[in-house]
Order: sequence, then structure tokens, then C-alpha cells
Amino acid sequence: MKDLIRKLTEAYGPSGWEERIRDLIRTEVEPLADEVRVDTLGNLIAMKRGSGGGKKVMLAAHMDEIGLIISYVDEQGFLRTQPIGGVDLMTLVGGRVQFADGTLGVLAPEKRAEFKKSPELAKIYVDIGATTREEAQERLGQAVGFVRPFADLGQRVAAKALDDRIGCVVLIETLRRLEDSPHDIYFVFSVQEEVGLRGARTSAFGLEPDVGIAVDITAAADTPEAPKMAMKLGHGPCIKVMDSGMLSHPAVKELLIQAAEAESIPYQLEVLDAGTTDAAAIQLAQGGVAAGCVSIACRYYHTPSEMVDMADVENAVQLLLAALKRPIEL
Amino acid sequence: MLLEELSNAFGPSGCESEVRKVLIPVLRDRVDDLMIDALGNLIAFKRGTAPEPRLKVMLDAHTDEVGLMITRLDKNGLLGFRAVGGIDERLLLAKGVLLGEKRLPGVIIAPPVHLSKPEERKKVIPIEQMAIDVGASSRDEAQGLVQVGDYATFDTRFEVLTRDGLRTVKGKAFDDRIGCAVAAAVAEGEYEADLYLSFSAQEEVGLRGARVAAFRIQPDLAFALEGTICDDMPKDKDVSPTTELGKGPAITVMDRSFIADKRLVQLLVDQAQALDIPVQFKQPGMGGTDAGAIHLSRTGVPSVALSVPCRYIHSPVSVASLEDFDHTVALLRASLQALPRAWQQA
Repeated sequence: MKDLIRKLTEAYGPSGWEERIRDLIRTEVEPLADEVRVDTLGNLIAMKRGSGGGKKVMLAAHMDEIGLIISYVDEQGFLRTQPIGGVDLMTLVGGRVQFADGTLGVLAPEKRAEFKKSPELAKIYVDIGATTREEAQERLGQAVGFVRPFADLGQRVAAKALDDRIGCVVLIETLRRLEDSPHDIYFVFSVQEEVGLRGARTSAFGLEPDVGIAVDITAAADTPEAPKMAMKLGHGPCIKVMDSGMLSHPAVKELLIQAAEAESIPYQLEVLDAGTTDAAAIQLAQGGVAAGCVSIACRYYHTPSEMVDMADVENAVQLLLAALKRPIEL
Repeated sequence: MLLEELSNAFGPSGCESEVRKVLIPVLRDRVDDLMIDALGNLIAFKRGTAPEPRLKVMLDAHTDEVGLMITRLDKNGLLGFRAVGGIDERLLLAKGVLLGEKRLPGVIIAPPVHLSKPEERKKVIPIEQMAIDVGASSRDEAQGLVQVGDYATFDTRFEVLTRDGLRTVKGKAFDDRIGCAVAAAVAEGEYEADLYLSFSAQEEVGLRGARVAAFRIQPDLAFALEGTICDDMPKDKDVSPTTELGKGPAITVMDRSFIADKRLVQLLVDQAQALDIPVQFKQPGMGGTDAGAIHLSRTGVPSVALSVPCRYIHSPVSVASLEDFDHTVALLRASLQALPRAWQQA
């Protein structure tokens, strides 16, 4: 699984620029699914037909990652940016970025000493080695993703874009190992989550599922001075109870808990104080959808070095497999 | 000039009927059908010339403007008010306004500058401390003239300015009456695709009209037409002007509300090149338009925003170039004509 995590996390794919990461995931799911298609906004939807008598289940993991968009090119060829999603400005300076065509740039500050508490994006620029406006002008309106190689730390791994490529990996592995489910399952690799759950909203409208489960990362609170929350690395996948955008449907939450208990899969209950997932958009699609979320505890989210525990990833796959073979009563 | 009538029309969010009244007679000869929906969107349908099935294109421009609403009548006859939509409080003081159905004139007042302390003068006076003076001296007198819930707009008349041959105009509400004027102009002409022109209500308070209009129309793709931010005053630093007056229509790649469909961005760029029309990319990441609501309608709608740069939008008076306006109309016309084929190829 680590090879797949490396491949997906190192790929380029800021919100709205998901073509490359979608192609990578499509190659993985095409041989495994009964049907694969891309919808209007660019969501990749892989369908696995059930044995019958079950529900229509949507699983969603978002392909996109946070990034920057080039908003201005100055006289000397320096590029100014605006954020795509919730970029942590503390992590920018000294970092590198890449364009869709592989062009690299470095993130540099105007005056480092000014950044006492938090840097301002307006005072950071991208230097792609250009020396004139003409040389760099075509970059205006293009998006950059962050560059950071995957780091295998043994039991744990660190990479950029684990949010939410790790969810994509969990979905792909679940699809790969899925054998006996009564349910028709739609594996949705969604676009534009980081800018407002946009892909999940339109794909859920189109699919009209009975049940929607997002698979995403959540904030781990097991580091020095972390906020007081329950989620820890290595303590099992998190079954979401509530976040700032959604209250999980009781039946979906119970389904996941029962499945974990029955098969002795470790799990944690999650109450997240700030942030939400695609499940919040799925829940409000059409006349409403029973929605829930399985999260992987993740340290340092929205930085180029996010960290998860491999046991949580494996157990998230086990949890989904266990839940999906059970009947669902709403 | 239609833009003049549209700019002078009274139409804060939720009160767009006067703007519709300007548009309806103009559109009547140019489209096949007109309807007004529950939220006050004026939706015009123009049948395409191609055989069915035809591409269904939505053109959106919002009819509402930012304005004010009366919230209380004070015993001294002064009127408390709140903003309807995003208004820059720094620009309100001493501005003339028109209130309610009778378009009663009034002036926005605050404690006089002569009586304020030097440090107070550096602060922006919050809207809660301002009042509108309609000349009434008591609550009873005010009650005969206005009531709580009445709207106010800025008392600004449209005028033509000139500047080095760049035909420039000033007026209120160019955001988005200039978009309405673009849509109305484009309605003249023949297109292969079916056009649905939505003159949408309540954009300034949360893209509300466009949301239900797009749900009804179910378009294959959409263009939001706007009067957008222009920040081209001289600057100390070499940073983005967002858009520049006179540099042509502005194409949005990404703003706070949506990420544009790349095929539609390319279509506009290609057509501009073919027509030799200048275009600019609006500074990505800034502002929002009805495209934010439209692109998320139902299963999603590929969308793009095309704007006429306007200085000082969301203020009592904005400035725009008719050159940019003409170029926007020409570019949109050409793009719509090229559309069915270009879309099929993309």
C-alpha cells in the first residue's frame, strides 16, 4: 500500500486542476470496477454492483489538494499568488511548488524578519527562475501544488496531500478487496473539496444515494500542546460523530460501530471542533442522504508534511469492508 | 443608451422590479419567451437555429445592486439603516440617497467632523452611528414619509465622461447593470444554441436568484456576466490591479465562489485572439459571482465569468469604459457563435 500512497501523494492536483491525479486513480480502479465514469465537474465515479437486495452506497474521498494560484506576474518575473483552500502560511517560505507541466518554483519571502507571528501571503512570492514578465506571463491563472517527497517512517508515513489521497488509497484498497456486498457501491473520487465540498455536492445530487460515507483525514490531537480532542495516531480509524459541518446519521454511525465491534477492528469516536468533509455536502443532496464519515487521524494537516499511521489506514479498509457486507437499516 | 436607463433604475436586492421594467421592452423583440420566477428572476428564452438537440446555454447577469434598508425611525425624525449587500462604510457619509416607492431624497449623516476628536477622525464611523436625514423633525413627520423596511439607493445619475478618446461613463450599480446591458445586447443576433438569459435577483446577498434560475433552466453550460473590481490606481508596489480599465473584457479563472471550466476559458481566449480584442485575466482568487451558485446546480454546470472592468464598484458611483463594454459584447457574441462546434471538440 505504501507504493500507492507514494504515487498518489507525490502527484500534482490542486482543487480544480485534478486531471493528473484523476488519471492515476482511474488506472487503479478501471480493472476493479463494473463501471467507471467522469461527471460534469470532474468527479471520478467507479461503481461496483452488489449481489442484490442492498442499498445504494456512496463512498467519497477527495482527489484535490490545497495549493496556490498565480494571481500576478511582476516586471521581474516574480509570481504573486492567492490560496486554493486553507493553506497554512507558516509552512510556505523555503518550500517548493510545481505547475501542471512540471515547472518548479520556490516560495520566497520579501522580508523574513517581518513575519513574527504569521506570514502574509501578499509578502511571499514564487520564483521560477524567470527574469522578465514576458518569460513568466503565461503562468498567470495557473495553479501550483506543493512539492515534498513521500517519507516512509516505518509504522508511520509523512507526505503532502495525505489529505485526502490517503482516503483515495482506502477507497481503492476497499474496492480491490471487496467480495460479498449486497449493496451497489459508488466509489467517488471527488474534486474541489478544499474550496467548499463542491464535487461531492454535484456528484451526490446525480447519484441520489441511500447512504453516503466520506473517507477523509481528521486532526490528530496527540502532539505537544495540541487542542483537547480524542483522536490519536494508531488508535484505529475514527468514526465521525460530529464536526462543524455535519452530525452523522445515527444509523450510519451505528453500522460502523457494530461492524468494528463484530470484527474486533480498533476504532475511535470523533468529535471535531473545526472543519468538515464531503459528507456534509452529501447529507444535504436532493431530499437528504444518511451520511457519515470514516476518518484517518492525521498530524500536521494542510502542511507539506502530513503524517498518518499505517495501521489506521489498514484498519479503515477493514472497517469499510466489514460495514459494507452487512445489511443497512435506515 | 440602455446602460444609462439600467444604471439609473432603482433596484437593491429583493426590489428589482424597476430594472426588469427597463429590460422587458428591450428584450421582447429579441427573444422567444419571457418569464419572471418566484424570486424575481427575469428569464428570457431565445431559441437556437440548429436542429434539435441543441446546446442549452445560460447567460446570467444580476439585476440587483447593493443598497440600504431603513431599520428604525428615531424620535428626532432621523432614520437608522443597514446595508443590503456589501457596502464600504467609508464611502457613505454625506452621500445623497433615494428612499422607498416615492424615491424620497435624503442624505446620510453622522456627527460632524468639526466636533470629533483627532483620533476619532482616523476611524471609520460604523453604519450603526450614521442616519439618513429626509428633513423630518419628528418621528411622526418621518412616519408619513417612510417606513421600516423601505429600501434606499444612491442618488447618482448616469453621465458620459471622456478621457483621451477612451469613452468612459460614470453611474451607480454598474455591478451588475453593465452585465445586464451586455446580455441584452447579445440577445440581438442569431445563435445555433438555445440561450436562456437570466437577469437574476439577489446576487449581492448570496447568489440567491441565480441558484434557483439555474435549477429551473438546467443549462449545459453557463456564462456569468459581470461588472468587476478594477484596482488600477497608481501603486507603490508592482502588484495586481485585479483588472484595468480599457484593457478589455476580464475572464475569471478562479474566484472565491468557483473555478472556471478550462474549456470555456480557452474558448474566450481563442475568440478574443481571432477578433483581435484585448482580454485580461481577472486577478484569480478575488470576489465572487453568480457562477458560484450556477456551477453547483444539480449535477454541475461548466461555467465561466466574463466581466467589464469597473472602478469603485459597491460604492455610490462607478466608472467604466464603453470600449471594454463593446469588446465584451463582441467577444461574447463570437464565442456563442463558435460554441456548439468548439464545445463538441472540447
